[in-house]
Amino acid sequence: MSPRKILSAFWQALWPPLSALALTFALGSAIIAAIGENPLSVFALIFREGLTSADGFARVLNDATPLVFTGLSVAYAFRAGYFNIGGEGQLYMGAFAAMLVATALPGLPRVLALPLALLAAALGGAVWGAVPGYLRARFGVHEVINTIMMNFLAVGITGYLVVHHMKERGQMIPHTPLIPEAYRLEGFGRSGWGQAIGLDSANPLGPSLVLALLAVAAVWFLFRRTVEGYRLRTLGLSPAAARYAGMSTRALTVRAMAVSGALAGLVGVHEVLLYRHRFLDNFSSGLGFLGIAVALMGRNHPLGVLLAALLFGFLNTGALEIDIFTEVPRELVMVMQAMVILFVVAASELASRRAKRRRKEEAA
Amino acid sequence: MIALLLATLRTATPLLFAGLGGMFSERGGVVNIALEGILLVGAFAAAAATVLTGSALIGLAAALIAGVMLAALHALVTIWIGVDQIVSGVALNLLAMGLTEFLMWVFFGSGSNSPRLETGSMGGVLGRLFVELPPLTLLALALVPLSALLLFRTRFGLRLRSVGEHPEAAASLGIRVKRTRLYGVLLSGALAGLGGAFLSLNAHYFVKNMSAGRGFIALAALIFGKWKPWGVLAATLLFGFAEALQGHLHAPWLPIRFVQMLPYLLTMIALVGVIGRSRAPAALGKRT
Repeated sequence: MSPRKILSAFWQALWPPLSALALTFALGSAIIAAIGENPLSVFALIFREGLTSADGFARVLNDATPLVFTGLSVAYAFRAGYFNIGGEGQLYMGAFAAMLVATALPGLPRVLALPLALLAAALGGAVWGAVPGYLRARFGVHEVINTIMMNFLAVGITGYLVVHHMKERGQMIPHTPLIPEAYRLEGFGRSGWGQAIGLDSANPLGPSLVLALLAVAAVWFLFRRTVEGYRLRTLGLSPAAARYAGMSTRALTVRAMAVSGALAGLVGVHEVLLYRHRFLDNFSSGLGFLGIAVALMGRNHPLGVLLAALLFGFLNTGALEIDIFTEVPRELVMVMQAMVILFVVAASELASRRAKRRRKEEAA
Repeated sequence: MIALLLATLRTATPLLFAGLGGMFSERGGVVNIALEGILLVGAFAAAAATVLTGSALIGLAAALIAGVMLAALHALVTIWIGVDQIVSGVALNLLAMGLTEFLMWVFFGSGSNSPRLETGSMGGVLGRLFVELPPLTLLALALVPLSALLLFRTRFGLRLRSVGEHPEAAASLGIRVKRTRLYGVLLSGALAGLGGAFLSLNAHYFVKNMSAGRGFIALAALIFGKWKPWGVLAATLLFGFAEALQGHLHAPWLPIRFVQMLPYLLTMIALVGVIGRSRAPAALGKRT
């Protein structure tokens, strides 16, 4: 490709999210001004902590970590042409499975314990993703409906088990006892080098970030450099073409949804092994749904997902700041996240229409 | 027994409003998973307007308008711009959640709940009856035959179904596909908005995120009821009964979590075809 073409491709990919961001910040400013605060200083406040201190930036990264997993999950299924809005349920199953393994095998040495718990998290999510995949492949039932339904099933089942059978004794909070030491990941703030760069010892950022970055690289590699990735993209672009090419689209569908679920399940590593060291009933405040926003914002590209998760991490961390220091309620951030999704999908749709029209004109 | 029946009807009311609403949207070919957000926005608007004006009737009107506005946004984004209907629904649900929590601070100065809503009460036998069987519940029940009439016996209903089954054929007959779909979506906003008003007015409070998945249960009821008014009624009554039974029995052997899961599990089974396969309108979810 010529440099000019590459530049134009970049522009094609970037202008919808960028213009959506601009519009969102403009509308956000209007809302802030209506409340009687200065939009510029409020936005500065949102980004201040994350940009000015290592500890703040680490918190942003920590907030972004689960969103990388759920964002990749949505993007993965999307590439195959499926819409997995079951990230919420899949991450509950992943977290629950990780906790189960830790509870069932307390005596394992660390070298076995950690990989096993990680595998369990992925597997828990994979099962919860594979079911709607199978129902889609075998019975043609739309995966959107089943993933929604299974979100509620996951919250219900794990909640029931935790509240009635696995709750820590003498506790009102519906959570399980702490997992054994061998399964626990520690935050970077506890390490010597973490304190050396200025992290607070309570800073939650930890090794799950590394796992998230590995996942980004793995998904990117899988999409671009493997036969499976090629098949997925073919299926996503044209199921008929995939069938005529002799691909087993049913198995491919189940696999795509299972891997997508596994990616969401890895939130369990972040949540159970690192952050809480236990399973808390109803812990996710919509991480799965925000993953959809992250994937859309990142245009279903692994690197895009990473950037979008980072942005959402900034917003979520900054939300606390504006709650403390201004009259603006922190829910402003949620409103802005919703606006960003709407604008980014609308802009992408308009962009793809324009591209199609141009191609038609060029052909004519 | 009668108390259980009345409790069933009350529990089913918001589901019935939203389910019937969703039916009009989906019969026209537009998936509306924003029902959840519309319920929430309706509940909030009813509460806010009732607090401001002291009149529950104005609250009801506000809920209807708020529901229609959110639905109009869904229609604009999906029918005219061509955004995926599920994506738009997800975004609108998030918007509804953020917006109501945000506006709670502005209107009520609290992030958790509104002040008590005085909906006015009549004394005597009639007043007591209305507590047990609220007017909105009666309205929801009356809407079932009315919806059936509208959908199956009027020109609008025929057109709506035709754009949901085969938009190209409908267009070739001179039916304005986009506009017809718009009406279906707006109707879903109006009805689900009323369902939301029932939530807050009946509870006498607006509570943060009070729709609590009812929009999705309504969606399940819509599928379970095979996109038919009487089917939706039967499904919402079944789901409402299960929940009312739980509250009525205080049965430790029947964990509330399992009762709450029932609608979702039944819907999945119904879709696979164990209980008579559920078939969606043919053009449902397709972009225009």
